[in-house]
Amino acid sequence: MKLTKYLPLAALALMPVAGFAQEAEEAAAVAADEFVWIMNSLLFLIGGFLVFFMAAGFAMLEGGLVRSKNATMQMTKNVALFSIAAIMYWLIGYNLMYPLGDWAIEGYFSALFPSVGVLEAVGVDLAGADDASYASTGSDYIFQLMFCAATASIVSGALAERIKLWPFLIFAAVLTGFIYPLTASWQWGGGWLSEAGFSDFAGSTVVHACGAAAALAGAIVLGPRIGKYKDGKVVPMPGSNLPMATLGMFILWLGWFGFNGGSQLAMGSVGDVADVSRIFSNTNMAAASGAVAALILTQVLYSKPDLTMILNGALAGLVSITAEPLAPTLFGALWIGAVGGVIVVFTVPLLDRLKIDDVVGAIPVHGFAGIWGTFAVIFYNGDAAMGTQVLGMIAIIGATFILSLIVWFILNMTMGIRVSEEDEVAGLDMSELGMEAYPEFSKG
Amino acid sequence: MKLIIATIKPFKLEEVREALTEAGVRGMMVTEIKGFGSQSGHTEIYRGAEYAVNFVPKVKIEVVVPDAMADQIVETVTKTAQTGKIGDGKIFVLDVDQAVRVRTGETNEDAL
Repeated sequence: MKLTKYLPLAALALMPVAGFAQEAEEAAAVAADEFVWIMNSLLFLIGGFLVFFMAAGFAMLEGGLVRSKNATMQMTKNVALFSIAAIMYWLIGYNLMYPLGDWAIEGYFSALFPSVGVLEAVGVDLAGADDASYASTGSDYIFQLMFCAATASIVSGALAERIKLWPFLIFAAVLTGFIYPLTASWQWGGGWLSEAGFSDFAGSTVVHACGAAAALAGAIVLGPRIGKYKDGKVVPMPGSNLPMATLGMFILWLGWFGFNGGSQLAMGSVGDVADVSRIFSNTNMAAASGAVAALILTQVLYSKPDLTMILNGALAGLVSITAEPLAPTLFGALWIGAVGGVIVVFTVPLLDRLKIDDVVGAIPVHGFAGIWGTFAVIFYNGDAAMGTQVLGMIAIIGATFILSLIVWFILNMTMGIRVSEEDEVAGLDMSELGMEAYPEFSKG
Repeated sequence: MKLIIATIKPFKLEEVREALTEAGVRGMMVTEIKGFGSQSGHTEIYRGAEYAVNFVPKVKIEVVVPDAMADQIVETVTKTAQTGKIGDGKIFVLDVDQAVRVRTGETNEDAL
């Protein structure tokens, strides 16, 4: 009997026919395996393009929060870093991150020169698939690649308005080809952190705090924008387009359904689909409560709500729930997200007091809320323990920070990472690109 | 002839224009300006950092009227532009030596 690829036919095959019952049962079992493989792959593909769209979200958020004289450069960095991530992840990242048990240093380092990413053959059948019990390699590859690119997107916002284009892109290549895949392999590649029992469902630490640590190292080496800190006071540099930043936040919110929902990694059973649905609901709740927390808190603290903080608050809620979007109840997601929103409102001014200039609040949103989210796993996931959560955070954030700091220092020594004072004041759009984002509007 | 310069809150412009037209003013010049008075601006907060708004947006109305109308026009502007809160604006009255209507060459009060 020819293997059937389609469920309705599989259902037909299930109909008891005298003499063929045995064969029919076997066919049904194979069809069920195919069904699981197809549905898992579908989850990765849907999750993959949702997380891809987060690149647009980051671009809009950052473009709206920088001044108009740097908006074209911010768009350039966003499209370039995503494209570089896509190439680096194929070249090194994918197989560095997923050694499939084949480690150079067991649990820590897969290989100095891992092979490039390779897809399954055209028209592969289940027997020929790389992993018949999981999903297609192409769907897994594209899904994981998007996470890697998101890590680099976090960095571009924090360092905006003063960093040169090429050193930034070189760093993005190192981060997406080496640093992120290395630290992520410790957890998601089956490395020592996952062995130790660290729990980070969709990457509050593995992705978000990792990106924030790279951004923090860069912001320290780079220094603040000219005029940001004057006579012990913080000088606000308002963003050029808050409606665009708001669109960016909503796009990220949408993308997060793929980010967290796809991280269930399976959709071939009632239980898995129920879990994905549960993750969607919790993810949404955390974003909402993060935004409301920031709305109320800025009203109380500053007597007027601050939209940019509300945007950061929603994103902080999302980052907070990312480490454990499945186990909490909706009320759990509500308070975990709300604490994330509160953390942002307090840590944005805290970074300013330390004279670390983070243009879009990437370090508070992805770093501090990421740490909170990773810690909060212990409240709803009985398998997670405080000690291993802290261990995981120290390992990934620490390693990313130190490796990034080294790369930033080398780039700064060799080519210099910062534009000249004159170029910075004139804006990177004209000085580095020779084009403006909004040439028909006069300078305010 | 008198030149009356009135700086008012932008949202009061339409009301003042209507009142002045009713009072017989047949032309005016309006400019969007920024400035400060005795209050010296105010402060706002952006992402947790306080900053001073030194110059507050205002609208400047300039009207030239015959001497006999001046007091009434000043009173009309005062009455319509007033909210009783800080930042209502100021009115200055200056003498005007000469006026010319460009199209016809008419002068002084005939030109208004």
